[in-house]
Amino acid sequence: MKKMKSLVSVMAATALLAGTIAGCGGNASNNAASTNGESTATETAEGTASEGAASGATFKIGSIGPLTGGAAAYGLAVVNSVELAVNEINANGGINGYQVEMKGEDDELNAEKSVNAYNTLKDWGMQFLVGSTTSACSLAVSENTHEDNMFQLTPSASAADCVNYDNVFRVCFSDPNQGLASAQYIGSHKLASKVAIIYDSSDVYSSGIYQTFAQEAPNQGFEVVSAEAFTADSKTDFSVQLQKAKDAGAELLFLPIYYTEASLILTQANTMGFAPIFFGVDGMDGILTVENFDTSLAEGLMLLTPFAADATDDLTVNYVKNYQEKYGETPNQFGADAYDAVYIIKQCLEEAGATPDMSVSDLCEAVKSTIVKITASGLTSETMTWDASGEPNKEPKAVVIKDGAYVTAE
Amino acid sequence: MAAKKRLRDNLITYGIVIALYLIMEILMKTGNLSSHLKGLLVPMTYYAIIAVALNLCVGILGELSIGHCGFMCIGAFSSAVFSKLTQNNIPTAPRFFLAFVIGIAFAALFGFLIGIPVLRLKGDYLAIVTLAFGEIIKNVINAIYFGVDSKGPHISMNNVMELGMEPDGQVVINGAMGITGTPRDANFTIAIVVLLLSLFVVLNLMNSRDGRAIMAVRDNSIAAESAGINVTRYKMMAFTISAAIAGAAGVLFSHNITSLTATSQYFGYNASIMILVYVVLGGIGNIRGSVIAAAILYLLPEMLRGLNTYRMLIYSIVLIVMMLFNWAPAAVQWRQKVAHKFIKRNA
Repeated sequence: MKKMKSLVSVMAATALLAGTIAGCGGNASNNAASTNGESTATETAEGTASEGAASGATFKIGSIGPLTGGAAAYGLAVVNSVELAVNEINANGGINGYQVEMKGEDDELNAEKSVNAYNTLKDWGMQFLVGSTTSACSLAVSENTHEDNMFQLTPSASAADCVNYDNVFRVCFSDPNQGLASAQYIGSHKLASKVAIIYDSSDVYSSGIYQTFAQEAPNQGFEVVSAEAFTADSKTDFSVQLQKAKDAGAELLFLPIYYTEASLILTQANTMGFAPIFFGVDGMDGILTVENFDTSLAEGLMLLTPFAADATDDLTVNYVKNYQEKYGETPNQFGADAYDAVYIIKQCLEEAGATPDMSVSDLCEAVKSTIVKITASGLTSETMTWDASGEPNKEPKAVVIKDGAYVTAE
Repeated sequence: MAAKKRLRDNLITYGIVIALYLIMEILMKTGNLSSHLKGLLVPMTYYAIIAVALNLCVGILGELSIGHCGFMCIGAFSSAVFSKLTQNNIPTAPRFFLAFVIGIAFAALFGFLIGIPVLRLKGDYLAIVTLAFGEIIKNVINAIYFGVDSKGPHISMNNVMELGMEPDGQVVINGAMGITGTPRDANFTIAIVVLLLSLFVVLNLMNSRDGRAIMAVRDNSIAAESAGINVTRYKMMAFTISAAIAGAAGVLFSHNITSLTATSQYFGYNASIMILVYVVLGGIGNIRGSVIAAAILYLLPEMLRGLNTYRMLIYSIVLIVMMLFNWAPAAVQWRQKVAHKFIKRNA
């Protein structure tokens, strides 16, 4: 029996070693077995047969986000949008005549796994990272991109620390910026003098916005009369928080949270006859698509967002139409940021005249020095500029929901 | 004879770890190791360490704990706070060593404090209390705001504004945002040294007088008590050591990743149960098995990345197959038959 046991453990150890060694050799096969993005990319490459495709060199863009689990909607939007943008670019002749390949990896909303995903993409030959989708993951990955000097453009990681390194830039607003912009908007438009807040204290995004909003409030001439938190473990019943806001006489309820919880808050506020002005941030985008939610409750809801899926400009209409055709869903602002990110990289590469045979580090330097000079235009803003800090300069758009659709607020 | 066999057994365990280390180092030095795998080495090792710690609690002490990630969380946060505060004052090597001392000490302290009420319970009750403990730790850390400025430390349980920090101050723990910017001091060599040390502690404990007393308590606490063994003392001893080793795993965790948040995917009960799965599949009470199971089961979903979302499905099937292969009576019989034939033929 004892002998048996040691036999099994020796076998297990061999299996383990075999597994790891197989993992080492896996590079080559990784290249062959990739996502649909790559296969469609090669197909289009055959069609256009440009100079770059002929020489076989391609730009490689990697993307990371949660593709499984509760936050999959965000990661899928990012990866799908990167794929969509890459396919479009390839169909139009690529970047500087070279085709583009993309590959998305799953991080399960786990910073540890996000680093693993990054390393997998690095083995694949990634030259630019559009990711990670979420703040904590992006922060962890930025440590690695900084070490490798790889250009990282995160579409949606909004925590302030995410762009600490000089090789990391972002497309979305940072949390502090959103809190600040919201407070300034409410202050300058004199929307209310008594404001209540309900936020998710277990969420980095939500508490980040809350912090700057509350700090800015006294400067903007309104008073925060109640600030109540909930956590990820208790996000179904908000009657206590709403009652406190109501008792404090709040005229405006600021909701720096995602739309799923916000839809519950709106429903519950309606049941208890509490009708302040509701004010949200970009996480609120998507509230009109919540199942079984009476969208008439969202009438008059204001939100600061860079993207609204039902905007009528050509770019948005095209993007939304193509996205819906390909993936059967309406894209959200995460996707829009990622779509813009790919085009921003394209613009930088064209400006710098870069080619795929440059090293990752050289490409990073080239893009890094160009991005601060360009003015990009995309889904999330008509003009976007960057400074070396990595923060984008763009105007937040305030929209209000009227007759079940977003209308630009005055 | 028995002692000799035990020694050989232990040496095999160390040997497997050292062999794995050498192979990985050689591959790394010759540039044959993919960066994906390189990144997996340290996490794999700290999960092996916490599996060893949990096996001490579940297998040797015989008490089911499903909140072990709570101790890992304490080790991670206490050491990260220390490293962050002393980042610019102490050189890396002694600082990381002190971080270990602090992380282990805090985890052991909490293990001891939790142990006082908890170890009076048995079986399911203990499991429930440890589960609750793990969740409490996570939620408390999520609510802590801690900063240091020229006037000394500030702490708040409400929000960062309440800290009333001077402009030169530094917010160390920022509630749900956790700790960011911990220096990345952990590497594979240090992780393997910690794994070997914890194996050394646990294996020697098992073969010592104290270890035999602990196992006697596990097998029959009434008989052990009547033989003059101080049941509470030995239970506390094993539980505290187990918590301390889990704390060491936490130190490696927080110094391997720059964004440390007390969220459920790292320190919740799901994570604790994942560790328990490593222990159960590796064999309860079999320390070597825990190390091997932790390594395989951590690597497996990563190695299956090429299969995209199907990897989750395959991972769970592998878990079921491993469980059946290890423990189903028919599988055990079949294994014995095969092994018997194999040994006969060789002999």
